Amino acid sequence: MPRHLVIVPALNESHSIAGVIADLKAHVPEFDVVVIDDGSTDDTAARAREAGAGVVSLPFNLGIGGAVQTGYRYALAGGYTTAIQVDGDGQHDAAHIRALLNHLLEHPEIDMVVGSRFMDKGEGFQSSALRRVGIRMFARILSLFVGQKVTDPTSGFRMTGPRGIALFARDYPHDYPEVEAVLMMHAHELSSAEIPVVMRERQGGESSITSSQSVYYVVKVSLALLVGFLRSKPVRPLGRLNQEPPA
Amino acid sequence: MSTRVQLVAVVAALVLFFVVFELVRSRRMMERYALLWLVCSLVLAGLAIWTDLLTDFANTIGIKTPSNALFLVAFGFVLLLLLHFSVVISSLSDRSVVLAQRVGMLQQELDAYKGEPTIDEKIARQVAALGSPDEAPRHGERDS
Repeated sequence: MPRHLVIVPALNESHSIAGVIADLKAHVPEFDVVVIDDGSTDDTAARAREAGAGVVSLPFNLGIGGAVQTGYRYALAGGYTTAIQVDGDGQHDAAHIRALLNHLLEHPEIDMVVGSRFMDKGEGFQSSALRRVGIRMFARILSLFVGQKVTDPTSGFRMTGPRGIALFARDYPHDYPEVEAVLMMHAHELSSAEIPVVMRERQGGESSITSSQSVYYVVKVSLALLVGFLRSKPVRPLGRLNQEPPA
Repeated sequence: MSTRVQLVAVVAALVLFFVVFELVRSRRMMERYALLWLVCSLVLAGLAIWTDLLTDFANTIGIKTPSNALFLVAFGFVLLLLLHFSVVISSLSDRSVVLAQRVGMLQQELDAYKGEPTIDEKIARQVAALGSPDEAPRHGERDS
């Protein structure tokens, strides 16, 4: 019996979180929802619980990577076969989840399917022009590294199957993880695909990347990509990740 | 700056770069902490290779020997790295306090739920039953 989980990382999203959860319950009622409250200082956790989601409250802010990985660990521990990341700010439309799930079910060889803003005509919210330049650059590099076309490497709207869950529960990048995670899948010989989605503008809260951090973002992700590429086969994970790989 | 000094400086900076890079690659260092090191080694290598740049810099700040300016830059980076570590350590110790408090409260909640004495109390009881007064604990003494 397949079990599906929605992982909602949230930091100070008290204005949008209830709406996001209601949307999920309306569109994909068979999915369980867990909100990873990444050290919010507002009542995000309480709102999420009221809206009927499971809530894991982290004692302090771990950043998006640590928060999302908590979700994958929760998924692995709970025996879920599918896990999808949906942002707590309302950017990701729950109406697309069914399409992501169907793609995964129809292609059992695929371990991760990413909702891309830039496939097809490119509708809906497309991020700012400057960010698009960065995203396109990372898309090019990543396509080259993984040997298949990647159009939206920064999309956090992605669904993974059991092998993906096991990998991410064991090892997930720390800061700005999306781009690296695609490369990691490839390094572990798991396959990923993209399908087009339409995203909305965030409905509240703040982006995890402020303009002052964008230089750090670009440098860090570039370094991580280069290092990840040279790390041809999976190597010894860092201390906190140092666990036995699943059999 | 003599060619020999220049050569040593370039080699040292590049060795530093590759050591840090390899540490990241083998996942013994996170990218987050590697960036400052990498910038440091690249700047030092750059100044050692393009000595005109170093001489200009030395003249600007009034240092007669360019190699001393290189030392000054290296020293500046050392200070910066130490400062960076102090900030990181502060944040880590703050987090460990928060973690300990959270674990303590969870333990209390769990014990209240189970209606049993806490693990710490059970351990203390066992230690009291086993330990003789001569064998006072020498290490592992709590500072609180």
